[in-house]
Amino acid sequence: MTAEHDLVALRPDQVTIPPGHPWNRLPLVGAGCAVLGAVVCALLGAGNPKQFFFSWLVSFLFFLSLAIGALFFVLIQYAAQGGWSVVLRRIGETTFATVPVMAALFVPLLFGLNHLFSWSVPGAAEHDALLQWKAPFLNVPFFLIRAVLYFGIWSFIALMYYRGSRGQDVTGDPAVSARLRKFAGPGIIVMALTATFASVDWIMSLTPHWYSTMFGVYFFAGSFIGFIALLSVVAAAMRGAGLLDTVITAEHLQDVGKMLFAFTVFWTYIAFSQFFLIWYGNLPEETTWYRARMEGSWLTISILLMAGHFAVPFFYLMGRAVKRRNTTLAVGGVWLLAMHFVDLYWQVMPTLHPEGFRPSVLDVAAFMAIGGCFVAAASWLLRRQALVPMRDPRLAESLAFENV
Amino acid sequence: MPLFRQQVPTGPHYGVLAEFATTTDLYHACERVRDAGFTRWDAHTPFPVHGLDKAMGLKRSPLPWIVLVAGLTGAAGGFGLQYWVHADAYPLVISGKPYFAWPAMIPITFELGVLFAAFGAVFGMFGLNKLPMHHHPLFKSKIFERVTDDAFFISIESRDPKFDPSATGKLLESLGARSVELLES
Repeated sequence: MTAEHDLVALRPDQVTIPPGHPWNRLPLVGAGCAVLGAVVCALLGAGNPKQFFFSWLVSFLFFLSLAIGALFFVLIQYAAQGGWSVVLRRIGETTFATVPVMAALFVPLLFGLNHLFSWSVPGAAEHDALLQWKAPFLNVPFFLIRAVLYFGIWSFIALMYYRGSRGQDVTGDPAVSARLRKFAGPGIIVMALTATFASVDWIMSLTPHWYSTMFGVYFFAGSFIGFIALLSVVAAAMRGAGLLDTVITAEHLQDVGKMLFAFTVFWTYIAFSQFFLIWYGNLPEETTWYRARMEGSWLTISILLMAGHFAVPFFYLMGRAVKRRNTTLAVGGVWLLAMHFVDLYWQVMPTLHPEGFRPSVLDVAAFMAIGGCFVAAASWLLRRQALVPMRDPRLAESLAFENV
Repeated sequence: MPLFRQQVPTGPHYGVLAEFATTTDLYHACERVRDAGFTRWDAHTPFPVHGLDKAMGLKRSPLPWIVLVAGLTGAAGGFGLQYWVHADAYPLVISGKPYFAWPAMIPITFELGVLFAAFGAVFGMFGLNKLPMHHHPLFKSKIFERVTDDAFFISIESRDPKFDPSATGKLLESLGARSVELLES
């Protein structure tokens, strides 16, 4: 960190969405999708509440995981004092600033706890020794307290980093970076704990007898690759739309592509390790979860995940040229976002449809409703701010960044 | 080509060696040497200089392809070896699993893939750099000792088609070299 940041002068028109740009309409497009999705959910969900709540849970987890992945990403950049990523950081900050919106979108699930979680049905534990034993943790009041805690903590961290970075745009005070860096280390620990417990509450407890001690890491791996995929798509789309096209360079894209590649391998490592230990140990209360996913059409989805979440992106993202072009990187990002959704769908849906893969219109409607809110909130924030942290002390380093 | 033969020019001169005071001087000199069309030359620095590969006009290394092929060979070999042992040559029931229990073979497949990829990277780098090479004519230069300390060099070999003992030396001098030396083979 030197005084050279004083020399960087980005013109405001380089780092904002100009009036009349198509991206100004994104909040409206998002809101339109959200309303349409919500209407379809209301019409069809009334007749099939169980399907509605499961569909809503999958899409909720998908967009929430993107926000959580963004929080991890930005905290890691602060903790490691990453220079290269500064021009991309606002995309992450905008993504995690949607956490309060996600908290609101969590509320509908509270009306369907009995549909979603068999342990929450009154009297479920009466003849079930395992559920009795787990009851001190798996009970509705404590579940609600934990949910409030997760959203409280995530919102607190998200707003602290969002406001700090936005404030620095005005003041240019390097002390902001130092303060946020100081909290980043503890913040990562807190995020790791809350994300782990949230994944246990909202995904693992769908199958209340089952447990996996590395489920939290699995959720983190999915969330992180989900956000990196989103980041690569948004960064490439911005450049394609003439936003930040002089600021974000092929060098930044290549680094995002490298992270996408690396976390494809990390996700696979975690996903396989979880499966491998349970398969090898062969204990009934552990294997039940995979058993359900290795029969019928769920096996097809399992194989799709192995090929699509690992083999295809692994070889696709290996080369250098693929990561440096807008379109090729965005294709990889969209593909992995889709696979991340399939991954969450595969984790949640076999509880509802043990007989096999049963796609529903409500899956699409819930995705549109929640995704519409997510896009509307994020793009509305993007419009009101500079697209890069304009006066971050490491901005010059990031602008000049080149891969060796 | 034989692995241990020295890859140095034949003839009375190895080439010219020019010393530069700063990375900036070296960087711009490299650009000019590149633009003059020299092909058999190199830059020597005590530490990596960002962007020097571009200034020198270096092509991308074929090393990634060597690593890919080596890694895939290792992974395929690891998987194939286990398949042959467990499913073909010595079929034994272990932990009640099938003979061909592919999940159990993944860790070793992965490890051998990584190991061979690392071998490919290290030995591929050695091969591409024509190492090990026990002596090099550049070491005859006294001033070249500072290449690991505080000086920056460009050497142009005599087998470069554009090489001329006096003209090439003058070119390097005109590019701001602090000293220029004609080295014997």
